[in-house]
Amino acid sequence: MTEIALTLTDAHASTARRARRQRLQDAAFRNATLAFALLVLLILGGVTVSLIDGALPALRMFGFGFVGTEVWNPVSEQFGALAPIYGTLLTSIIAMAVGIPVSFGIALFITEMCPAWLKRPLGVAIELLAGIPSIIYGIWGLFVFAPFMQSTIQPFLIATLGQIPGIGNLFMGPPYGIGILTAGLILGIMVLPFITSITRDVFETVPPMVRESAYGLGATTWEVVWNVVLPYTRTGVVGGVMLGLGRALGETMAVTFVIGNAHRISSSIMAPGTTISASIANEFTEAVGDVYTSSLVALGLILFLITFAVLSIAKLMLLRLQRKAGV
Amino acid sequence: MTMSNSATLATPIGGLYHRRRIANKVALSLALGAAGFGLFWLVAILWTLLYNGLSAINLSLFTENTPPPGGEGGLLNAIFGSVVMTAVATAVGTPVGVMAGTYLAEFGRGTKLAEVVRFINDVLLSAPSIMVGLFVYEVLVVRMGHFSAWAGAMALAVLVIPVVVRTTEDMLKLVPNSLREAAAALGAPQWKVITLVAYRAARNGMITGMLLAVARISGETAPLLFTALNNQFWSADMNAPMANLPVVIFQYAMSPYEDWRQLAWGGALLITVAILLLNIGARLLAGLGTTRK
Amino acid sequence: MTMTHMDANSPAHGSHPMPPGMLAGTAADRAIAGAGLPEKISVRNLEFFYDGYRALKNISLPLYDRQVTAFIGPSGCGKSTLLRILNRMYDLYPKQVATGEVLLDGTNILSPKQDLNLLRARVGMVFQKPTPFPMSIYDNIAFGVRLYEKLSRAEMEERIEFSLRRAALWDEVKDKLRQNGMSLSGGQQQRLCIARAIAVKPSVLLLDEPTSALDPISTAKCEELIDELRSDYCIAIVTHNMQQAARISNFTAFMYLGELIEFGNTEEIFTNPTKEKTSEYITGRFG
Repeated sequence: MTEIALTLTDAHASTARRARRQRLQDAAFRNATLAFALLVLLILGGVTVSLIDGALPALRMFGFGFVGTEVWNPVSEQFGALAPIYGTLLTSIIAMAVGIPVSFGIALFITEMCPAWLKRPLGVAIELLAGIPSIIYGIWGLFVFAPFMQSTIQPFLIATLGQIPGIGNLFMGPPYGIGILTAGLILGIMVLPFITSITRDVFETVPPMVRESAYGLGATTWEVVWNVVLPYTRTGVVGGVMLGLGRALGETMAVTFVIGNAHRISSSIMAPGTTISASIANEFTEAVGDVYTSSLVALGLILFLITFAVLSIAKLMLLRLQRKAGV
Repeated sequence: MTMSNSATLATPIGGLYHRRRIANKVALSLALGAAGFGLFWLVAILWTLLYNGLSAINLSLFTENTPPPGGEGGLLNAIFGSVVMTAVATAVGTPVGVMAGTYLAEFGRGTKLAEVVRFINDVLLSAPSIMVGLFVYEVLVVRMGHFSAWAGAMALAVLVIPVVVRTTEDMLKLVPNSLREAAAALGAPQWKVITLVAYRAARNGMITGMLLAVARISGETAPLLFTALNNQFWSADMNAPMANLPVVIFQYAMSPYEDWRQLAWGGALLITVAILLLNIGARLLAGLGTTRK
Repeated sequence: MTMTHMDANSPAHGSHPMPPGMLAGTAADRAIAGAGLPEKISVRNLEFFYDGYRALKNISLPLYDRQVTAFIGPSGCGKSTLLRILNRMYDLYPKQVATGEVLLDGTNILSPKQDLNLLRARVGMVFQKPTPFPMSIYDNIAFGVRLYEKLSRAEMEERIEFSLRRAALWDEVKDKLRQNGMSLSGGQQQRLCIARAIAVKPSVLLLDEPTSALDPISTAKCEELIDELRSDYCIAIVTHNMQQAARISNFTAFMYLGELIEFGNTEEIFTNPTKEKTSEYITGRFG
């Protein structure tokens, strides 16, 4: 009813027209933002659909056996995902084994131990390091770290741990330099700044009152961290670790340089192997034939499912901490 | 507190306290060690990069195209390609991200849909970039029948969107409601309240988000491998494969040729410096925004 | 309009809030206080709900044109809520509902067909804290004007000078119109906000505790300004400062727990309230 508006504003037809136009513009703007918000969902939907679509030929051919077979033979067109899955999981486990305690140590150092003047610069430095692209880690791994592993670490491991019956199997074989262990360690270094900065942020959500009352009872720094800060931030820390894990699982460039790209599962963690993303990066453009390409896309689908699950859990845990902190 | 005092107070507690103090010392030393260990490697990486990269940087790096094996050359076409594709990706991804972020912060507050979009966006934010490459390959490269700079730019745009969505929403949420009310009280329709007042108040933060997104995509390699591919020659054709720094670094580093490896180091240093500058710029800008309040 | 009603202006002019011997009326007189003055806004049986909670209970009162009406009462009594209904600011938020009638020049603005933007252009509002937009002083004022009018550069400059003069800010900012509005002092910012509201040429001004964030000198300036604006606008002001209400308003409404306890001429409310609660509040026994 524009009449009301008209009398109200003493205005002329032009004002009423303007009001009507504004209402239309408002609706248009609102719907445009809604459309773009839906586009975000559409992107994820598109990724899912295109991966499934691309993977179908391979999945039809090999069925669920695709996930359980190790063979990867482009010549006979026999493909199985077991070796890349194994490599992906193992490199990520190694990365986490290194990354979690060290990041935790750095975060603890920054929040509880380091002098006040160093706190901010160190925090900023860690965050800047988290922005360095993974390809830098990859090329450093190839030119510096792998030779170092080959000449120093691996011979040492073979000579010591390799001689122990049982776990010695993990450290056998010639020191190639490249391989699962090297890739895992580089991944571990790469996720350091990432997990550290989240852990530090999460530690800082602990209200000073809680921390101070624990100190007030005569607790040592370590006891405050272990008995108060960690339990308080547990879900957040786990969420941060899971985000780091999600990164490690899907990381391509830091791994591809040094993994060796060998589709086999060796008993030794020092042997060359491959990961899902490294296989795709190395072979996708050279893959000939639909089955080969489709098998690589199927690998991508598996990676997608794994990382989606891990990231969802991470996100839910961080959300829970946020609700608790009342942010 | 004197020694005799604590001793007479309770000897068993003194013993317990002693053990607690040792546990504390051990734990903190371990943390210190871990911090030192972790920082050592990070510094080592930067040092190697600087050492090898600096020796590779010279004028021809910026004036000559990528050479054939064993030849002399630079990275001109790769730098150009990276800049072009990053620019296109930012130009495409930023408006999309800003609009979606606006929905989350302004219209969708408290709705289920917004919660779902926010969640999915956060998953996309840390999803492996190689999957984005596969997605764009399936959707664009297969349809078009060939690799192209467009496909590369689109893959990067998909990576820009979640970053911009996130920062836009966060920054708009920091704009006080009183400012929106003040604009609405003058009779401004909501879209003008948002575009003329809220955006302006959140401008620094939103630019920060864009810079962070640019920083993120300029080092991305995986999504370009099978979208933009690479090109040994100068090409400004968005419809054809285009050279770009990350993929050139990847290929040259993996090659057996010493010249190529040198170029890879030079490119790596260029990218890292560019990204660090972008990140620092973003930080300074964000700092400006908070101090002005 | 009779002389009696003109007298209603008098407390605003002196620092003595209660001039002796004036208008010591009875409750019966008060019922017709303001009668004969044109009603700019008539609030009738207004109820307001936040997510089901009844925040305003059956409020009826007039707001007279070219008069200042003050709303007083303890925090949470609903005075700001009432003010935010008069330009339907509450519509920005979900789950807030108003029932009853609010007539502005005879039309019900609570009608769902009311165009909110036009209503708000007609009813200006100034908030508790200064809310300059993050843009230049010039653009701060031009913002609202450009929404509904297409003015030439000269006309716009004229309008900006007019509203800044009206808001008693012109002399302080005329040489720095291009400076950011946020660079002004708190008191200047608030006067900028008043200028911004005036520039749109509203007929009603809603002031929601406009001086509560200001220092005493800026407060005095703002009060002077409100006194001057009285001759052109219907002004409603929410304040928790009773001296301020006594100094600047012609009419006062005392609210408590969502109810309108008493409404009448300001002098009468302050010298001779009819309700126990009102006198307890104005003598400072609670609130």
